[in-house]
Amino acid sequence: MCGINGIAALSMQTNISERDVRSMLPPLQHRGPDGHGVYIDPGRRIGLGHTRLSIIDLAGGAQPMHNEDSSVWVTFNGEIFNYLELRADLIKHGHCFYTDSDTEVIVHAYEHYGDDFVQQLNGQFAIALWDEGRRRLLLVRDRAGILPLFYTRQGERLLFASEIKALLPQLTTAPIISPAALDQIFTFWAPRSPNTLFENIFEVSPGHLLTVENGCVSESRYWDWQFPEQGDYLAGSDSELGEQLYALLADATAIRLRADVPVGAYLSGGLDSSALVSLIRHYSAAPLKTFSIGFEQAALDESAFQQQMIDHLGVENSRICCTNGDIAEHFPATVFHAETAILRTAPTPMRQLSGLVRASGYKVVLTGEGADETLGGYDLFKEAKIRQFWARQPQSEWRPLLLKALYPYLETSGAQSQSYLRNYYSIGLDKPEQPGFSHLTRWFTTAQCKVFFSQALNAALREEAAAGLTGRLPAAFGRWHPSNRAHYLEAKTLMGGYLLCSQGDRMLMANSVEGRFPFLDHRVIEFANRLNPRLKMRALNEKYLFKQAMKKHLPQQIIERHKQPYCAPDIPAFFSAQPPAYVDDLLSADKLKRYGYFDAPKVGLLLNKARRGSSLAYKDNMALVGVLSTQLCHYFFIEQFSRTIREADSPAFY
Amino acid sequence: MKNTIRDYILGNLLFTEDPSVLQDDDSFLASGIIDSTGILEIILFIEETFDIKVNDDEMLPANLDSVNKLAAFVMRKQLVAA
Repeated sequence: MCGINGIAALSMQTNISERDVRSMLPPLQHRGPDGHGVYIDPGRRIGLGHTRLSIIDLAGGAQPMHNEDSSVWVTFNGEIFNYLELRADLIKHGHCFYTDSDTEVIVHAYEHYGDDFVQQLNGQFAIALWDEGRRRLLLVRDRAGILPLFYTRQGERLLFASEIKALLPQLTTAPIISPAALDQIFTFWAPRSPNTLFENIFEVSPGHLLTVENGCVSESRYWDWQFPEQGDYLAGSDSELGEQLYALLADATAIRLRADVPVGAYLSGGLDSSALVSLIRHYSAAPLKTFSIGFEQAALDESAFQQQMIDHLGVENSRICCTNGDIAEHFPATVFHAETAILRTAPTPMRQLSGLVRASGYKVVLTGEGADETLGGYDLFKEAKIRQFWARQPQSEWRPLLLKALYPYLETSGAQSQSYLRNYYSIGLDKPEQPGFSHLTRWFTTAQCKVFFSQALNAALREEAAAGLTGRLPAAFGRWHPSNRAHYLEAKTLMGGYLLCSQGDRMLMANSVEGRFPFLDHRVIEFANRLNPRLKMRALNEKYLFKQAMKKHLPQQIIERHKQPYCAPDIPAFFSAQPPAYVDDLLSADKLKRYGYFDAPKVGLLLNKARRGSSLAYKDNMALVGVLSTQLCHYFFIEQFSRTIREADSPAFY
Repeated sequence: MKNTIRDYILGNLLFTEDPSVLQDDDSFLASGIIDSTGILEIILFIEETFDIKVNDDEMLPANLDSVNKLAAFVMRKQLVAA
């Protein structure tokens, strides 16, 4: 994978300078340590930059790259997994290639198909393509949002880059943290696309294409998660559909093993990564190396299940054991790379894990991320299903008790806790058809953290985050099955905005490692979206069809295992021992007041509670991590703006 | 005792020292100040502070859902224990 950047002129009077484009390269060094390149068109209308992590065609893949007559140029981050097939097809149509890389396929596919070229691509990508003849720039991002691409308008120039930090050297002043984005983060865990944490800095949304032409910027969607409207689900018996799913996953995995360097895999010990490793074993004879995270806290650790898969498949595994101290130490760097406020520390171990991958001599890993979203795995989906069922008879005594099967800790609050269950999970029960129904409990619980917002921040908020999201859903949304609505919301909020970015690409690329996601192959998503929802969740058995498809290949205990969400310690990471100096500093009343986002006395009380070790509530953990990461973002990108630009890729401030 | 409970709720669940935001009869559930894990904190607090043991079948809003209810419940438990 790589980093891309560039500047486009939005008026005839503006000329692009090579120096400006080059100034954006150092902050992307970690994404592409193997080389870099810049292209400025003769008219100085466009500058394209590229930092390279070489994976395919090691010798010939340098970028920016062009077509036969140098009239189309591209800088590209990602992989086109079907490039061999596309290449063969384009050669048949008379196109001449000068390299063996997947990048070159993009320019010829554009020549051949126009803007629809993107429909031909199976992969993960952020692309900037310059059509010299039409003086037109396209910025394209992959369907699921695996790879990032940000942009901002600065005077008569459009700046774009794989990471926000590469835009900073071309800004005249530090960016401003957006109150609306904080509201969204403290509701959905991430800003709502195309927003970012910062005012006036946007991302190209997943499945979207941005066109810059004649000084105008316009955006269009070329792909989205879509679901059948009137029960028009895929026909076939469970076993037929299971076989089709297996074949599709096998191919999605096989094409992701294409690389000129060795490929490893993440192994969590859960169903998805176990299935993935089994698929790789089936389709590749090469020795497979896997990588795992363990925790010192037994409740979070999955080592026993990891070992079971390691023994079952005979893979070679390396493992890190993540301690509270590791998380506290590495959290600032995590936030620097994520470039956004986060409510969980869970990305931090993922960065350690990619560090292990890199240190083991690997540049590419396959991961099972995305299986829960496509094939129906999350407890949240079950919760929504139970709440739908309950809403049909709101007075029922026993319907809410089904929630106990979902959250075992509810058992510990006693057999008589029904009135508590009723209260926590009955939100919106009178309107089960409302668009956000599936996510109301999560959004409501998360939004409780906003109690720590300062008066000034509250005063700056105009639109409630959840209303803003549900008011912008596709027209057909209300006609989809309730489970599919939950899938859509999950893909658009938590997965796109948090899992694939803060916990995905950024933590991988911080150590120059490329992740590949077979479960997010668009063919897999499209197939899964057309399945009858009961094949994804049969009663309360999650990923039903997927388990049917995989059961021949995996140990029974893995198939039947109760899903364990990936979590890292939050408050205990910082307060089980003396907190690091930066925690005391950034959460001091002085800094809280100076930065202005949070109510200093309230955060002080939360800190007291955290120090005493008596914070058990989810919302306390989310609030503390959210406050700390927001303060870190302000520190890195606003207070230390000049220094961050100067030191570019090495945020060793704390 | 009521003051101890009130101070705890204010400082640990409402994150404020302003006593005017909480009346002794205000329902914790209705005001949304505790989430599904927060109730465990309240139980832990009264067990540790007042040296009592809360049984499973006592985890009811009738016992735990306001400052007054908590105070009455703790007093009852202490009487029984004594």
